[in-house]
Amino acid sequence: MRYSGLRVLWEGLTGNKGWQPAWREPEPKKSYDVIVIGGGGHGLATAYYLSNKFGITNVAVLEKGWLGSGNIGRNTTIIRSNYLLPGNEPFYELSMKLWEGLEQDFNYNAMVSQRGVLNLCHTDAQRDAFARRGNSMRLSGADSELLDQDGVRALYPFLDFDNARFPIKGGLLQKRGGSARHDGVAWGYARGADLRGVDIIQNCEVTGFHIENGVCKGVETTKGAISAKKIAVCVAGSSGRVMAQAGMRLPIESHVLQAFVSEGLKPIIPGVITFGAGHFYISQSDKGGLVFGGDIDGYNSYAQRGNLPVVEDVCESGMALMPMIGRARLLRMWGGVMDMSMDGSPFIDKTHIDGLYFNGGWCYGGFKATPASGYCYAHLLAKDEPHPVATEMRLDRFKRGHMIDEKGAGAQPNLH
Amino acid sequence: MSQRMRINGGIVDRSKPLSFEFDGKQLQGFAGDTLASALLANDIRFVGRSFKYHRPRGIFTAGPEEPNALVQLRRGPYQEPNTRATVAELYDGLHAASQNYRGSLNFDLMAVNDLFAPFLSAGFYYKTFMWPQAFWEKVYEPAIRASAGLGRLSGKDDPDIYDKGFLHCDILVIGAGPAGLMAALTAGRSGARVILADEDFAPGGRLNAETHEINGGDAQGWTASVLSELKSLPNVRLMKRTTVYGAYDHGVYGALEKSTDHLPMSGGKPRQILWRIYSKRAVLCAGATERSIAFGNNDRPGVMLAGAVRAYANRWGVAPGRNVAIFTNNDDGWRTATDLAAKGVSIAAVIDTRSGAAPADVAGATIAMGASIVDTKGRKGISAVTLSNGTTVPVDCLAVSGGWSPNVHLTCHQRGRPDWADEIAAFVPGKDLPVGMSVAGAAKGALTLAACLQEGAKAGAQAAQDLGLTASMAEIPEASDEASAITPFWHVTESKGRAWIDLQNDVTAKDVQLAKREGYRSVELLKRYTTLGMATDQGKTANVLGLAVLAEASGKSIPETGTTIFRPPYTPVPIAAFAGRSRGKDFRPTRLTPGHEWAAEQGAVFVEAGMWLRGQWFPKPGETHWRESVDREVLATRKSVGICDVTTLGKIDVQGRDAAEFLNKVYANGFAKLPVGKVRYGLMLREDGMVMDDGTTARLSENHFVMTTTTANAVGVFRHMEFCRQCLWPDLDVHLISATEQFAQYAVAGPNARKLLQKIVDPEFDISNDAFPFMGCGEITVCGGTPARLFRISFSGELAYEIAVPSRYGDGLIRALMAAGEEFDAVPYGTEALSVMRIEKGHPAGNELNGQTTARDMGMGRMVSKKKDSIGSILSERPELNREDGLALVGFRPVDRARQLKSGAHFIPKGKTPSLENDEGWMTSVAYSPTLGHSIGLGFIKRGSDRLGETIVAADPIRGESIEVEIVSPHFFDPEGERVRA
Amino acid sequence: MIINHPLLGPRDAAEFYYLGDASLLDRPDWQAPDAADKFYEYQYLRDNAAGEHRELWYHEQGDRSWLIVTRDTLTHDITKVELAHDVALAKQADPANTGREG
Repeated sequence: MRYSGLRVLWEGLTGNKGWQPAWREPEPKKSYDVIVIGGGGHGLATAYYLSNKFGITNVAVLEKGWLGSGNIGRNTTIIRSNYLLPGNEPFYELSMKLWEGLEQDFNYNAMVSQRGVLNLCHTDAQRDAFARRGNSMRLSGADSELLDQDGVRALYPFLDFDNARFPIKGGLLQKRGGSARHDGVAWGYARGADLRGVDIIQNCEVTGFHIENGVCKGVETTKGAISAKKIAVCVAGSSGRVMAQAGMRLPIESHVLQAFVSEGLKPIIPGVITFGAGHFYISQSDKGGLVFGGDIDGYNSYAQRGNLPVVEDVCESGMALMPMIGRARLLRMWGGVMDMSMDGSPFIDKTHIDGLYFNGGWCYGGFKATPASGYCYAHLLAKDEPHPVATEMRLDRFKRGHMIDEKGAGAQPNLH
Repeated sequence: MSQRMRINGGIVDRSKPLSFEFDGKQLQGFAGDTLASALLANDIRFVGRSFKYHRPRGIFTAGPEEPNALVQLRRGPYQEPNTRATVAELYDGLHAASQNYRGSLNFDLMAVNDLFAPFLSAGFYYKTFMWPQAFWEKVYEPAIRASAGLGRLSGKDDPDIYDKGFLHCDILVIGAGPAGLMAALTAGRSGARVILADEDFAPGGRLNAETHEINGGDAQGWTASVLSELKSLPNVRLMKRTTVYGAYDHGVYGALEKSTDHLPMSGGKPRQILWRIYSKRAVLCAGATERSIAFGNNDRPGVMLAGAVRAYANRWGVAPGRNVAIFTNNDDGWRTATDLAAKGVSIAAVIDTRSGAAPADVAGATIAMGASIVDTKGRKGISAVTLSNGTTVPVDCLAVSGGWSPNVHLTCHQRGRPDWADEIAAFVPGKDLPVGMSVAGAAKGALTLAACLQEGAKAGAQAAQDLGLTASMAEIPEASDEASAITPFWHVTESKGRAWIDLQNDVTAKDVQLAKREGYRSVELLKRYTTLGMATDQGKTANVLGLAVLAEASGKSIPETGTTIFRPPYTPVPIAAFAGRSRGKDFRPTRLTPGHEWAAEQGAVFVEAGMWLRGQWFPKPGETHWRESVDREVLATRKSVGICDVTTLGKIDVQGRDAAEFLNKVYANGFAKLPVGKVRYGLMLREDGMVMDDGTTARLSENHFVMTTTTANAVGVFRHMEFCRQCLWPDLDVHLISATEQFAQYAVAGPNARKLLQKIVDPEFDISNDAFPFMGCGEITVCGGTPARLFRISFSGELAYEIAVPSRYGDGLIRALMAAGEEFDAVPYGTEALSVMRIEKGHPAGNELNGQTTARDMGMGRMVSKKKDSIGSILSERPELNREDGLALVGFRPVDRARQLKSGAHFIPKGKTPSLENDEGWMTSVAYSPTLGHSIGLGFIKRGSDRLGETIVAADPIRGESIEVEIVSPHFFDPEGERVRA
Repeated sequence: MIINHPLLGPRDAAEFYYLGDASLLDRPDWQAPDAADKFYEYQYLRDNAAGEHRELWYHEQGDRSWLIVTRDTLTHDITKVELAHDVALAKQADPANTGREG
């Protein structure tokens, strides 16, 4: 069934009785060409691109919970391609280009909204770093603008320009950045993959891998054994736990990141703003809630909930930046588990076990990467060679000394 | 206007009338009213519009669970959107306005949405607004955004102040209803330190809203006597207006106390206080919340929860209607009928979905057992109900009871799941409670008074006993177990009209059914697709009903269907409260050096350097541009002498028999053989081989070293060294002390530096070039006996010293130095001049030491000794860090000397297009060199050291510039280093 | 969270700086023939346990002790807190002693 305004009109006139399920709820077959483990955003995107762009349709997505219950169900929905390093920027720019045509491509309104992402700077050194980054973006074909204080003021007059502990000196603006409706992205990919015959199997947890002589031949699940030519792990947040079943240790730690949403308010913050003198980012959803977040809690955790110090820290930064949000009430806070990698950058790679592939380490920037991650992973699975924009996202890069460390924080995951 | 719906009774203070304004109307209420009770007293029932369909809505509840009656409270910068009228305490002069309409509340243009409801079913927006592509951001989304949200922020800075505090207790009792009061009393009598927190301004919970008897007297009297005993106990702290909003790890609870929200103005006091409560045990006595039943048009103003209707009558002396019907599936709903009837309110009908005999006799009311309501009538308020038996009964208020759901929220904040209890048809706390928490009373599913009192006492005693205290069960007051039987009934399926589940977000039973049909079957998917339970009330009255309708549609039981996760906060908390006083200039602490006051006297322009403020430059009268000041400071320093406050550099005292060996391990270059009285430049790597920091370390005596770090890394380097000392080499005899704040330190640089210092260094210390050569150090005295440390080191490339004195002499020393320097025209110089001079000398600083670069990149690869074990040495050998075409730090100057270089420009070979493939590096730091008379820069470029003399392009597309630059040695000034040794 | 400091008693976790897995105590021998591999594994690979986790916390706002905290990453329950210095010394005395029980 194709979604359109006309269809909504017709269904409205006929009592909304004709809507079909957005996806099937199949039982798993005995074997597939590709099994994608993880029905979060990246897993669903991988299945979508495998089936829609690379012609591989005999695919199952195994999800231990409900469809989209990965971190795509819990994030602050920001999309952007404002990266510094050559290992990252072309990848994120590909993602941005995929976002730009996504809804027409998968026939689902994911509310991709290019409202602009503004990173603020508060020191000369930060401005220098922004200039370097903005130029990197330009060299990779992305858009970027360097604003001075007046430029920032013209966009966001409500920021604290006059009494700030760390004065706003300017900012790096990416106008094509913005936000998208996170659940809609998961559902759009799921529906698009399902239409091509991909089996999305919910409530099906992988409990082990079938590995013989260094070749991965299938998985053991709560719904029985399933074999496949290629097994694609895509479970950021649980990467350590899942890959341990294949005997692998990873350059990843699991950390909890909290995010926050306020009560619904009439529009007041048009775009996405990030603070440069504290960890804080904010935007306002189409429903009116202020969606914001900050730093990870900082300790290893799989608990999917955080503690108060970070809540306070985030709100302090928010109030330091825009004291007009003080009387808005924080409605809900939640915690998701992040794959924090050793250099803050992700992995899309084969493993040393034939037939076993790995996608993870997205830290807390996975949402914006969803389209490119799915596309590049599908490329790798289909062609057994990395997509040209993902050639550096290798598992062995630390051994070789080729880190993709945007922040220069080193091998300590909680600093990225 | 008179309060025409006010009836007798209640605990409002009729001797204290209060005036207030709602939507421009001047009204009156009494002290003890909420805004909601006062509006109802004035017969105002239509108070807002729903989110999506803009349906007229009234007051639905009498508590924090309110989905409908949200108002804009206060005015101007104090404006507070989405405030629940049901918990807003009335004060004299209160100003409130309804929200979410275009036009007026009565004539809302957006109400047209309701007519289009068939096209606005659950998730409709995911299926349309996609064509043409460009229309989403330009046409569709702006329209959607404009209609989004409910209340409005003022856009002005929040003028109130907020405080934060910490509280510690043995036992935290959450909720001061019957169970909480008994728990606190029992625990309090045991001697435990108890905090009893309640969100209401009148403790007592449902006791305030009911006509219960305790010990043969009225319940309010009993409440008062318990409160008075609790107040008399020094170990009990009673906190009214305090909502415990979240349960965190290890017995930490978050609570919000509303200190002045019940007053016209905060009057300089904190408006609210955010408490972190550290408890050993917690007893949750949070009560229960009533829920509705889904039937046609169950959302009109006048449709209320039955418990709320009787709360308004009993607590506030307000009749929510003149002619009231009750629709219930349980015995509790009947109490509303009997209580209201007793107060003389006419009861038109009681409709009970259960068949059998009526549980009570209600004079004058039509009793319909085994019946239901299929529809309601009325435009801006209910006027009649239509029963399943076809009769229509005129009413102006409908009290609905679908049963009570225990407030399990805090039990689930650590991801515990509640269990389903068939007896009360509700979720009750599960087994995985937060550590240290127990639950009592209605929150645990004990929905009768006698059970609440009993359970509360038991839980209080148990908590005290757990802590080793002797707690005797207090006498349990006498009360009856009132009737509370329920037969679950959720949804009147024969209703033709839309049956609301989530009132605020306009989610109806049909939306739930549609979502299920479309495959959004998990509760989480249902919630997200329909937005059920995602409004400001977080579905407190709606969630279980929504689950029930989903279960019904799926043919499953409710526990099989599951539940979504409860997350903090229990009720919304202002962002400003979480921030407390950490805003504006107080966002973070400010660190000032001992010389700060002196610098301020000189008119210094300060700049943030981490937490520190440092003098950036020192403008002289007549200087109009910062460059004028900085150029002058550089030239004066290079010509004669300049003084710079370098106190902010990290200083670490390293002592012990193994201090030298220890430094040899943390620095990449050797330190074991550094002679006493000498300073050495040290390069510190992270274990991954990247440069962590650099600085100098002086050996004051055999076992005593003093290290300096960069300002930015002072804390991190110290932490790292403590890690090395405690965790890696615990057997070494070495001790570290951070001395950053213990010493004030100044750089004295320039050809006349020695002459200047000789004027203040006490004469017994010879600092001549022979006695105190470059890289010498020593402990001396200045100004007649003041202890000091002197280091002959130079960042500026001049003959230079750094002199350190205990912080208390810092102010005196800078004044003495400047006085001594007067004859040499000594200038103070700031961080800008410092930076210019270090770029002239090619010294790396923060922009180069950015954590992404190696010693090799910096041209210091050979400093990494391979003859010893040091942090980072092994991993610095990885192949990709040692590529032939690796980066190298070099200098740059514009081919056209009049051009300015820009930091952040990327290097592109001449004739190549600026693209990622042709990107060879970037400019890290630039300055105008007044010494050389043109712009200079440092930067990293591939194979840089082999390319001196080459011309390339510094491309700066973000600023629309592109200039040719020449690659040169980074040592722009005095490359042989003669001046430092002079 | 609250960490029961062996010397100072219960302290709020906000006073501490978190580093990571306590295996960072096991710094390899720089002269071993496979030092490059060993340092790579030491620096970059983690068990990342879901459950009991021994980890390093530094009492930055306090006495500057490095502590080894045994904490469950699923529940955040803390079962043991040791001074890292003591553990490191014990390890030196007996390199086979990993500090883990059982």
